[in-house]
Amino acid sequence: MSLSAKDKEIVKAFWAKVSGRADNIGGDAVARMLTVYPQTKTYFSHWKDLSPSSAPHGATVMAAVTDAVSKIDDLIGALLSLSELHAFTLRVDPANFKVLSHNLLVVLSTTFPNDFTPEVHVAIDKFLTAVALALSEKYR
Amino acid sequence: MVAWTDFERATIKDIFSKIDYEVVGPAAISRFLIVYPWTQRYFAGFGNLYNAAVVMQGLEKVVKNMDNIKATFTELSTLHSEKLQVDPDNFMSCSFDCLAIVVAAQLGKDFTPEVHAAFQKFLAVVVSSLRRQYY
Repeated sequence: MSLSAKDKEIVKAFWAKVSGRADNIGGDAVARMLTVYPQTKTYFSHWKDLSPSSAPHGATVMAAVTDAVSKIDDLIGALLSLSELHAFTLRVDPANFKVLSHNLLVVLSTTFPNDFTPEVHVAIDKFLTAVALALSEKYR
Repeated sequence: MVAWTDFERATIKDIFSKIDYEVVGPAAISRFLIVYPWTQRYFAGFGNLYNAAVVMQGLEKVVKNMDNIKATFTELSTLHSEKLQVDPDNFMSCSFDCLAIVVAAQLGKDFTPEVHAAFQKFLAVVVSSLRRQYY
């Protein structure tokens, strides 16, 4: 299920719309994940305040995803150091990458109800799956 | 037995009163046929996608019987396992995640994280009931 040239085009075109609101979208996705999938809170016990409004981390995540869009031809290379971070320092179970991806898709759907067509949905889903795979690269 | 909070009951009923089955049913099914093309194997005999409203009506039955979902779904579970022979892994990842995305687009800002959580719990219960008759 690798990204075709068409998929990459669709992802880049859609992401151009996203980039203006990336911080809010990222914040909403992380806050949503913590509410809908409370088991993910276990990774954030070092945060004093887990309330939905305090998800500045979402902006950090989105900046990395936006960077990945620009390096879509070599995601493994682009995400190498983030993969090491997640594998050795954060030790996030990679099954959770799918969870955040799903929440991101839901937020994209509420933010862009008309632009987030099934064709865009499948391209973004494939892209996020490829990002998750690249992020898992250094785990074992 | 599933324990529903008052918020969850009210939220589920509210979601189902706000969505248009004729729109959401076909939109969700056609979306997952595009996003997860291998699911097309189950729909050769499904006929007109506008019959997808029937899936929404199935879900509505659950809304009316939230305290006895397993029994409500016994027949449907047998249908999906014996006649339709659908791989149950498809239920959540393919169809219901897409349903959450379509409902999210319909409700926009009203699909808050709390509402989303209640809906996700509801879908998880439905999936588990649909899986019960598989062996």
